Amino acid sequence: MSQIICKDLTLGYDGHAVCEGINFCVEAGDYLCIVGDNGSGKSTLVKTLLSLKSAQAGSVELGEGLSRRDIGYLPQQSEAQRDFPASVREVVVSGCVGGLGKRAFFGRAERLEAEQNMKIMGIYELADRSYRELSGGQQQRVLLARALCAAKKVLLLDEPVSGLDPDASRSLYSLIEHLNKHMGITIIMVTHDIENALCDATGVLRMSGEPRFFDSVDDYRREYLSGGAK
Amino acid sequence: MSVFELLAKYFSYEFVWFALIVGTLIALCSSLFGVVLVLKRFSFIGDGLSHVAFGALAIATVIGVSDNMLIVLPVTVISAILLLMSGRNAKIKGDAAIAMLSAGALAIGYLVMSVFSSSSNVAGDVCSTLFGSFSIITLTRLEVILCVLLSVVVIALFVLLYNRIFAVTFDESFATASGVRASLYNLIIAVITAVIIVLAMNLVGSLLISALVIFPALSAMRLAKTFRGVVICAALISTVCAIVGILSAILASTPVGPTIVAIDILAFLVCFLIGKLK
Repeated sequence: MSQIICKDLTLGYDGHAVCEGINFCVEAGDYLCIVGDNGSGKSTLVKTLLSLKSAQAGSVELGEGLSRRDIGYLPQQSEAQRDFPASVREVVVSGCVGGLGKRAFFGRAERLEAEQNMKIMGIYELADRSYRELSGGQQQRVLLARALCAAKKVLLLDEPVSGLDPDASRSLYSLIEHLNKHMGITIIMVTHDIENALCDATGVLRMSGEPRFFDSVDDYRREYLSGGAK
Repeated sequence: MSVFELLAKYFSYEFVWFALIVGTLIALCSSLFGVVLVLKRFSFIGDGLSHVAFGALAIATVIGVSDNMLIVLPVTVISAILLLMSGRNAKIKGDAAIAMLSAGALAIGYLVMSVFSSSSNVAGDVCSTLFGSFSIITLTRLEVILCVLLSVVVIALFVLLYNRIFAVTFDESFATASGVRASLYNLIIAVITAVIIVLAMNLVGSLLISALVIFPALSAMRLAKTFRGVVICAALISTVCAIVGILSAILASTPVGPTIVAIDILAFLVCFLIGKLK
């Protein structure tokens, strides 16, 4: 049984379809890259998977006892966020907000959880620094630690390396690979940086034109990347 | 008489205490939610709503209802909700809608007042609603109690919802994805903003409310680096400025609202310089 199964999904807004016939499934421990041109519906797909948006047709099913609350999310950063006055600790622990229930404040368990995730992301020594003073790469790690506070089974990453320099991208990729390989977290990543992202991926969903799902990166490479065979 | 003797004399009057209590509480409430509005890039909503409150007050005065608040508060709250909803899916985009609403309400308010008002001094009435009148020093005991109660509710809501408000302010899509009903909290923020604005009209008048909402938050952001720090700092700056402002207005017989705002501006300049030197 797969964790996420999309059947004949149609995406769009205001009754206007952007992308039709999306079929794919994600198994536990997969590393799926979603690629495609701007406006091909990648971010809309992510929002649909998170049920922030409803699909126009088709369905998204969660399997293996997965619930919506098991999916962590790394959104694209907004301009307002980059200079937001908040400490790293405050941002990371805010990932636990979904589990507050009827409580008003975070307890010891949530603070420890936040500290542990900061250690995994290698930002523990930045805990009391201000978010707006960090570099782009450090900010992404903070947001990843926050996503880990929210969920531990699946992570949805929307363009995690956009705007990062090559070094920062590389270290973010290796962190994501660590989460995937050593912590068994399923990764679903929207990306433009196809060449580097595919190194660790186990599958590709291509959204441009007719959506196509490849459960092997080699198949995708053979068709779209090597020697212009199209 | 020295300044201190003069102050001691004024402090023996009840109205001075009333003005200080109400002024401090309003300044505190507006600074707390001011931080949220500034960070959410909603600063202009405060401005728009204050103009709506002016329009509503003008109509309420002309109709002659026993208590103006009965009309002003609901109208402002409804406008706040409409503005927030329109930000998402309306044909007229957020900032244009606010500009339209605030200029429109201002015009209608003045028009209604000058055509239908029975008062002999319309210009004076309008001026005092816009820039704050001396109503802050003619508060009745009932108004003070009402203001204290509303302020307590506003502050309690801010404290209890602190973590959720932070999540929604920092990253709305993440908050929604992790199960926080962001639209509900946006609604709460808008309604509370409307309540604060109506309360603050007594203090600084409807044109100057935005200053009370925005200045302390901006000053605090020069000094503090964490969200909690900014909130505490803004609350402190705002209350101190309100107290200093009210006292100097009484001593120097200047209009209360503009004096408080002037002190807020001064505080901002000081914080700006400290921020630059750090």
